[in-house]
Amino acid sequence: MPSNTIDRTAKDIVFTVQEYSLFAWRALVNLFTPPRYWPDFLVQADIVGVGSAAIVLLSGFFTGGVLALQSSATLAQFGATAVTGRFVSITMIRELGPVLTGIMVAGRNASSMASELGSMVVTEQIDAMRALGVDPMRKLVTPRIASTIIMLMFLTIVADACGIFGGAAVTVFMNGQDATQYFSEAYEFLHYPDIIQGMVKPLFSGYIIASIGWTIQAVVTASVLIIFVDFLLTQILLTLFPPL
Amino acid sequence: MSDASFLSPARCPEPSDGTPPVVCFSNVYISFLGPAVLADLSFTVAPQETRILLGPAGVGKSVLLKLAMGLLRPSHGSIRLLGNEVTAMTEEELFPLRARTGMVFQESALFDSLSVRDNVAYQLIQARVPDEEIDQRVREALRFVELERTFDMFPGDLSGGMKRRVAIARALIRQPELILYDSPTGGLDPVTSTTIIELVMKQRDVYRTPSIMVTHRVQDAFMLCTHRFDTGVGHMVPLPKGETDPNTTFLMLDQGRMIFDGSLHELLHTEDPFVREFLE
Repeated sequence: MPSNTIDRTAKDIVFTVQEYSLFAWRALVNLFTPPRYWPDFLVQADIVGVGSAAIVLLSGFFTGGVLALQSSATLAQFGATAVTGRFVSITMIRELGPVLTGIMVAGRNASSMASELGSMVVTEQIDAMRALGVDPMRKLVTPRIASTIIMLMFLTIVADACGIFGGAAVTVFMNGQDATQYFSEAYEFLHYPDIIQGMVKPLFSGYIIASIGWTIQAVVTASVLIIFVDFLLTQILLTLFPPL
Repeated sequence: MSDASFLSPARCPEPSDGTPPVVCFSNVYISFLGPAVLADLSFTVAPQETRILLGPAGVGKSVLLKLAMGLLRPSHGSIRLLGNEVTAMTEEELFPLRARTGMVFQESALFDSLSVRDNVAYQLIQARVPDEEIDQRVREALRFVELERTFDMFPGDLSGGMKRRVAIARALIRQPELILYDSPTGGLDPVTSTTIIELVMKQRDVYRTPSIMVTHRVQDAFMLCTHRFDTGVGHMVPLPKGETDPNTTFLMLDQGRMIFDGSLHELLHTEDPFVREFLE
């Protein structure tokens, strides 16, 4: 019966949302209550943070370069190529740095988290952990969430810096403009609200990656959610900190 | 004794000698969005008692062990473990209770990323026991299962039988008050199976820890009942002809129901056609 199928599908969806909500809530609460597994946190910080540094560095650099290439062509029509630095730094720090870093880290880590957990469930390692008196939520999930959030903030800073340098490389070596002017523009017009906006987003992206990372289709779901939450956050933060 | 209708007390029976059972199932029922996996299940495990749970594959034997540890929740019924009502406890409350028990999983369930030392010492590491004491206790546990040489190896380097023995060492290291063995000889060759059964017997006769051992191999179950571990010679020896270990008794499941609860003698003389067919 089609109605039975619809009924079952609806129940499955509601059940999945309920399970994820409970899971995400427990993972969040565990961040603030003992016991905490610091060695596991450091191991995960190394895997997620140091392991993703190279791809974030490269993607940040080339994104900044592309931004400079595309913007300078348009800005030249208005005789405003001098503001390329401002354009690149603000775009990287407020938007592209956090979002691209989130997506890159999700691509590299979310699927591995899902496969690792799946393997542990199938081989009864999760049950063994529970049988040994250890909470898998605290031992496996919380360190990954905490390390992903914290390392994503640092990786975003790396991506922002590399993006600005990538823009500088294009502006100076390809467009033949002055480096001092580029960096002066990039720095002068950057304000604290821009930094805050760029640093708030990785908090949410990191949480999304590490909590969605336990599901199937983790990378796709995490990437879409990162962009969706980025849209919501941008709207909220632009209301809180209107452009100067 | 072999009729299930005699095995359904409304709640855990009062022990005649005043000693409470280590495990008590009372009218336990569980299903997973379908027909019952286990229904109207009642039995007890007394102190120092070894209960061998027989039954064909897929009958719910592993589910029963997971229920005893609180790893699964029954749909209804009462389960008491070491004097605690498991069904009324939260997951957080269950962790310290589970730490007082040991469980050997069907496929060993060793942590792949940890060395044998760290696998065996898992509970001790979580309890922040000093490293020197951990090393000493891990070596003792590995010596018990005769695998001291694997101290620095990883699970991937071990054979199936060695993994089971490491899993037994992990379950024994904190001298648990109850041990649950989930098909410890499943998928192993006869020689390795005998080694594992000898270890189960050694644990039974040396530490006297109560246990439940799930198996579908009748020969393993009979060997456990008709032999004892001789600490003098360091291996198992047969009991005198006609004698069986009085603390080793049998349970048998079929289609989610307990169809037998009794001694080896009662098992061999039961009229239940399914039990007779299974034994043959």
